[in-house]
Amino acid sequence: MRDKRFQIAHREALIGVMLVVLNFGIWFGFAYGLGSGDPTEYTFILGFPAWFFYSCIAGTIFMIIAIWLAIKLFFKDISFDEEDKQ
Amino acid sequence: MIHWTVIIPLFIFLIIIFGIGIWANKQIRTSDSFMQEYFLGGREMGGFLLAMTMMATYGSASSFIGGPGVAYQQGLGWVLLAMAQLPAGYFVLMVLGKKFAIISRKYEAITLIDFLKKRYQSNVVVILSAISIIVFLFASMTAQWVGGARLIESLTGLDYTAALLIFAVTVLIYVVIGGFKAVALTDAVQGSVMIIGTIILLIGTIVAGGGVENIMQSLVAENPQFISPFGAEGSLTPLYVSTFWILIGLGVIGLPQVAVRAMSYKDSKSLHRAILIGTMGIGTIMFGMHVIGVLARPVMPGIEIGDKVMPLLTLEVLPPLLAGIVLAAPMAAIMSTVNALLMLISSTVVKDIYLHFFNPQASEEKIKKTSFWTTTSLGLAVVVFALNPPDLLVWLNLFAFGGLESAFLWSVVFGLYWKKANKYGAISSMIVGLTLYIGIDRLAPHVFGMHTVTLPILISLVVFVAVSLATQDKENKGALDI
Repeated sequence: MRDKRFQIAHREALIGVMLVVLNFGIWFGFAYGLGSGDPTEYTFILGFPAWFFYSCIAGTIFMIIAIWLAIKLFFKDISFDEEDKQ
Repeated sequence: MIHWTVIIPLFIFLIIIFGIGIWANKQIRTSDSFMQEYFLGGREMGGFLLAMTMMATYGSASSFIGGPGVAYQQGLGWVLLAMAQLPAGYFVLMVLGKKFAIISRKYEAITLIDFLKKRYQSNVVVILSAISIIVFLFASMTAQWVGGARLIESLTGLDYTAALLIFAVTVLIYVVIGGFKAVALTDAVQGSVMIIGTIILLIGTIVAGGGVENIMQSLVAENPQFISPFGAEGSLTPLYVSTFWILIGLGVIGLPQVAVRAMSYKDSKSLHRAILIGTMGIGTIMFGMHVIGVLARPVMPGIEIGDKVMPLLTLEVLPPLLAGIVLAAPMAAIMSTVNALLMLISSTVVKDIYLHFFNPQASEEKIKKTSFWTTTSLGLAVVVFALNPPDLLVWLNLFAFGGLESAFLWSVVFGLYWKKANKYGAISSMIVGLTLYIGIDRLAPHVFGMHTVTLPILISLVVFVAVSLATQDKENKGALDI
């Protein structure tokens, strides 16, 4: 017999993997996409270089919101104890 | 020189930690299952506690002392690298998550090795895992104790031996008498101190430097590379930095001291809350402390030894009382890592070696005595080694993080999610992962420009899958229910 709760657990683990891929994309993309040029010609946001602002500050805040949403929308409340004890 | 106003907040901090240990000890005395209570806190952790203990266990001396020191020398590129640790806050809990919670209850597992033992039904797996945990974590625990003692030494002006004893007595007493619950509860206090300390110091540093813009201009004037993602000498290549992700972002799942926490929480709600709080906490600390290291450069130029950046900066930019609170943060980070490691090694010795191999029928009273004595003697052994760390321990400590990840990552992940994973796969991937990791580190640490841990993890993955598939007919999987 296959435990029904495992389906839920597997789905949530998969969401975790997708979030990590998204996280990596934002972090890597902004850092090297905006930061590869000459540092003396960078644009600045709130005092920080734009690549750093998007990759490390805005990216982190975005991830926290994404995680919050993922939990709110997709994560289920399940019991951890044995379902059918003889 | 002794700074009394700095010492008083530190002292109050130690007293609070101490009190928690005594309180937790009362809980243990009244619990009906000593093992589960002492080594796992009775699986009762709520969301906040879980988040804090994950964060505090993970954040160590290097997040508060070593990391900012390197950021001081490398610039913003190092902060970028440090932010690869953000997934540690949510990835472990989401991936191990509910599956681990359900299965470990089903197997009645109290330690990570318990789970592996029941999953793979193999004594070789138990022995290999126990040896890696004891060897690597004992070494890294010793390194953290040395760090803790050095920190007290530099803050109070006491000599190293006295500093080490103060540190040892505090940690040992609350861990030995209070068990996992004391560790988790003190982690909550320590974690909060870490977050608050980071925020205070960040604000203090920005103010002292005359604003972020001002600081960035001074950095560019000294060396424009300080504000590039490539590091001061351009040594942080995209390939290296992204493979670093494997070590600190993803591989964390393979760290036993972190993984064991993923089976200690109460219910789904705790998990959900912990993921959110933990990510915010880790994000704040990793970003804050490393960016502080960069901003410190114009504020306090010319510091030669990286490890001194954070303490010196704190004493420079903050009034003494606030400095005391902020300096309690690295103290908290070190203690909360040390206490988790001590607990984990002790549970390995008691549960996975003593009870499993030598005395499966031990009475509750006997287990209790053995647990207290094991924890105490391990702690005392660390003190002796920390007085004069042998080269072998220093050397092993360098491998601890990557070594444990190479050994455990796939056995845990496949053990949970892949029906065909078997003991042959687990054993061969552990051996291959460990040997390759140490081998590559010795011979060619930056092979193909990647981080050392990349190849061992990839190759042990392939080995695990190949060996498991090749040995399918050798094993009876009838009883397996994952």
